[in-house]
Amino acid sequence: MTRADITDLIVEIIADIDDEADFDNLDPEKPLRDQLDLDSMDFLDIVMELRKRYKIQIPEEDYPQLATLNSCATYLEPMLKDV
Amino acid sequence: MPTHFKYCKDRYDAVVIGSGLGGLTTANRLARCGHRVLLLEHHHRLGGLATWFKRKGHIFDVSLHGFPYGMVKTCKKYWNREIMNSIVQLRDIVFDNPQFSLKTTFDKQDFAALLTNRFGIDPKRIEAFFRRVDTMNFYDDRTMTTRELFEEFFPGRSDVHRLLMEPITYANGSTLEDPAITYGIVFSNFMNRGVFTFQGGTDQLIALMTRELEKNGVTICTGARVDRIETKNGRTTGVNVNGRTIGAPAVVSNSGITNTIYNLVGTDCFTDEFLEQADRIRVNNSSCQVYLGIRPDTSIEMIGDLIFSSRSPVFDSAELLDVNTRSKTFSVYYPKTRPGHDRYTIVASMNSRYEDWSKLDEEHYRLAKVALIDRTLDDLERYVPEIRAKIDWQEAATPRTFNRYTLHTRGTSFGTKFEGLDVSRSIFKQIGGLFHVGSVGIIMSGWLGAINYGVIVANDVDSYLRSIEKV
Ligand SMILES: Cc1cc2nc3c(=O)[nH]c(=O)nc-3n(C[C@H](O)[C@H](O)[C@H](O)COP(=O)(O)OP(=O)(O)OC[C@H]3O[C@@H](n4cnc5c(N)ncnc54)[C@H](O)[C@@H]3O)c2cc1C
Repeated sequence: MTRADITDLIVEIIADIDDEADFDNLDPEKPLRDQLDLDSMDFLDIVMELRKRYKIQIPEEDYPQLATLNSCATYLEPMLKDV
Repeated sequence: MPTHFKYCKDRYDAVVIGSGLGGLTTANRLARCGHRVLLLEHHHRLGGLATWFKRKGHIFDVSLHGFPYGMVKTCKKYWNREIMNSIVQLRDIVFDNPQFSLKTTFDKQDFAALLTNRFGIDPKRIEAFFRRVDTMNFYDDRTMTTRELFEEFFPGRSDVHRLLMEPITYANGSTLEDPAITYGIVFSNFMNRGVFTFQGGTDQLIALMTRELEKNGVTICTGARVDRIETKNGRTTGVNVNGRTIGAPAVVSNSGITNTIYNLVGTDCFTDEFLEQADRIRVNNSSCQVYLGIRPDTSIEMIGDLIFSSRSPVFDSAELLDVNTRSKTFSVYYPKTRPGHDRYTIVASMNSRYEDWSKLDEEHYRLAKVALIDRTLDDLERYVPEIRAKIDWQEAATPRTFNRYTLHTRGTSFGTKFEGLDVSRSIFKQIGGLFHVGSVGIIMSGWLGAINYGVIVANDVDSYLRSIEKV
């Protein structure tokens, strides 16, 4: 997966979690939490979905790495490079 | 329909012990992740403390007094839309005590207006208070108590402290001495939008949840009490029910945390350090309730959905726990609670200590219950005149009742104090594959807390099951 694929994937997962989320004007450098009104339960959903789909394990101490779309791409790129 | 225990298979991916909202949610999430799940419940009905019972045409809800708006999102994500769509607001929350009598929708806006207009507090101060509690989270400083928080913002204002604290004490048994963060998190949850309930009643909620579990393939067994959690070489291997072993690499206990450690596993399986931590766990208080059924041909006026009623001069945690407390909540269930079921019921709830009830012999126990009902009717008389003539059913539950139905240590209504959370979160580090879910740490209790905790624990279990799959 490329970085662009990964950010698309994250957006798709969030859309599944929250069908009212508004992705227009989403700034990939800014925290998803503030822009989409996500809470810690939503981040847990993202982690669980990634595990279910791609068998990747994200330990709790790494959750902060999922803060922005860009940081998600950076963190997940090595794990998803063969997908 | 629940299966009889004898038809259960010998092996599952995960066994969930107990069907409180935490256990139900973990079971549902794990099944959705594709695991084979067995849910075992000792009672004949699912739901744990989220329960109800029928008497003489009345349906009494035990723990449906109100929950925060967050339930809407949580039910949508982790259960289904049908469940979410039944959540409705309770708009008339009443406080009535010697310091003030008022009605509120129990949300931030209304509270701020009340604090300004009725209590004469500077709006800037109120705003600062809300900002502080809104931004509190679990990782913050745990040493500040709620009393200190209140004194910082509203020094010497025992009336304001009462307005802010009384509902939360009823909601989760916490006191002014508990960490301010537990107060902040729970209070902000309610202040988000107000108090909500489940239209159709607890029976309807649990029926919908049961259907969802079955759709997702969970095997459900009621009347199945787990006697032991089995372990071998530091890992769990399954559970034992009435002499029969069911194997599973993951076991999730929704039994109380103290029960799980001391009775289901046994102390010889844990390190001394962990046990020292476990020994320090304080379980929360229990409850007394009085259930009153209004005669079918009688109606009562709208007197509020939830009434925080007290005759104590000031808020006092000890007074609230006393057998003879003059402080209680009345939940009034109008026909709107269960559309189509044209009845009124009233449930009075009080915080209570197990020790005050456990030592009574049968005759004194019976008399104490009669006196409890009597005091409750006296207090209710102020809101519903001639209440005694209007009811055709009266019954009391005590800490003994809660202990009998849930097996919880000292009949605790709201799990444990704050320290229980760390123990619950770290039990799997002691015994591989063993997890705990259920009311702990004040913040993980209540309907919303228990369901969200169920999701958090399901994530841990799923992660564990997938990690051992690979090996
Ligand atoms: C009187 C009262 C009023 C309340 N009001 C409200 C309210 O208005 N709003 C709100 O949000 N919350 C309320 N609560 C709190 C809320 O009901 C609980 O926090 C929540 O339901 C607890 O869920 P839980 O997952 O911790 O499990 P519990 O409901 O405690 O259930 C645990 C389950 O495990 C089962 N079990 C235990 N041991 C075994 C075993 N060995 N084998 C098999 N099964 C076992 C028990 O039978 C039980 O079914 C109230 C609680 C009480 C007592």
